[in-house]
Amino acid sequence: MKLKNIGVLGFQGDFVEHIETTKKALNKLSFEGNIIMVKTKDKLQNLDGLIIPGGESTTLQTLCIKNGLWEDMKRIKYIYGTCAGAILLAKKVLHKTKNQQTLELMDIEIDRNAYGGQISSFEKKIKTKLGNFDAVFIRSPRITKTGKNIVIIAKERNEVLACEQRDKDKYYLVSCFHPELTTTIFHEYFLKKIYSQ
Amino acid sequence: MTKTGTFKLKSGLAQMLKGGVIMDVVNAQQAKIAEDAGAVAVMALERVPSDIRSAGGVARMADPKIIKEIQKAVTIPVMAKCRIGHFAEAQVLQALEVDFIDESEVLTPADEEFHIDKTPFTIPFVCGARDLGEALRRINEGAAMVRTKGEAGSGNIVEAVKHIRKVTAGIDEIKKLLISKKMKQLNDVAIKYSVPVELVINTAKLGRLPVVNFAAGGIATPADAALCMQLGVDGVFVGSGIFKSQNPAKTARAIVDATAHFTDASKIAKVSENLGDPMKGQEISDLVQKMSDRGI
Repeated sequence: MKLKNIGVLGFQGDFVEHIETTKKALNKLSFEGNIIMVKTKDKLQNLDGLIIPGGESTTLQTLCIKNGLWEDMKRIKYIYGTCAGAILLAKKVLHKTKNQQTLELMDIEIDRNAYGGQISSFEKKIKTKLGNFDAVFIRSPRITKTGKNIVIIAKERNEVLACEQRDKDKYYLVSCFHPELTTTIFHEYFLKKIYSQ
Repeated sequence: MTKTGTFKLKSGLAQMLKGGVIMDVVNAQQAKIAEDAGAVAVMALERVPSDIRSAGGVARMADPKIIKEIQKAVTIPVMAKCRIGHFAEAQVLQALEVDFIDESEVLTPADEEFHIDKTPFTIPFVCGARDLGEALRRINEGAAMVRTKGEAGSGNIVEAVKHIRKVTAGIDEIKKLLISKKMKQLNDVAIKYSVPVELVINTAKLGRLPVVNFAAGGIATPADAALCMQLGVDGVFVGSGIFKSQNPAKTARAIVDATAHFTDASKIAKVSENLGDPMKGQEISDLVQKMSDRGI
């Protein structure tokens, strides 16, 4: 199997947890890969996939634009976004700040901090297509609409918690929660998509 | 079953702040400037630490009106400070639904013996520490995040550097003890620190604090932030350093950049150019009150 380059956006947020979880997932699958922390434009070149971590979406956007990553990120074929990362991938965002932009790659509408502040953050055992596990929702966004080309991976009481979009050779995956804090199964799923291309 | 207020959720929010800058703000307008500059959170205050110093008297929790105004102005997490040991102020801050509580030596302590028992709260706490013992005591009381005390409002980085190095030295010491299986000495360390030995062993195994650790107290320039990051902290708090500088918006953006690119000296050089005057700052020996001596 060919060696792949997996990038993790490393400006801000829980990127270390994503790097660790990706490492574990690669080991479990016996895949060989380079994990690259991305903070500059040159690190985006030759990536087979990119993970956008949880953090503050406004901060991540500001730093990506300022460092000239924004347009090149749109060309990456495989992207996985958790929480803030999911916001960055969405076509439409509710409750965004005045200057907030997103990559607009995925046909979803997402509501920032939809559950309220930290006092409403919660942990819950959820069922997903990939398996059941404890999911952590921290000041989590909520996916409020999905386009017709979106495939739902986790849903509870009509609320979409994770979904994917395949568009020719482009593939995007998002989760409102943080698998990187509790399980490797989302990272394994994302890696399998990359390695089977 | 849905659970709230678990330690995973509390420490998890701190994880999401890593690599970021948390800025002190005293009104909605400053909060907006901070958010636009790329702050990961703001600390809602009535006065920044350097003004607390010059005002003198007893410093208390901010007026809820200011906190609410700031919450309304921004979408990033809003933190607020309560006095050390003042669990009633902390309860008020939780009722206001702030996202993080800083049990802070910058305010006048309310209890000389006890810090707040932070475990029953739904909202996470961050606490200051000067060395490993203080850090582990606060974690044992339920703190989900630790920061150096530094010397708030001084504009002088020397104390923050001292505290980062002390925590690191403390961890190096217990790591060595664990590698050479000196369990008796590890137990002695736990007794000296007044914390369970399991916490000491766990920290030694991890080779770092078991929660997110930020620098705070005296950061005034982009290079100050980079210095702290290179010494191993996960992010920085900037108190008076932004809104006491000549050009707050530009300074705020520059410190955010320097924190994200803390090893890239040419980038830091670029953002440091033409920032105007940073906050004035003070010699530590000239300070009337050393805030970092409070709450050990």
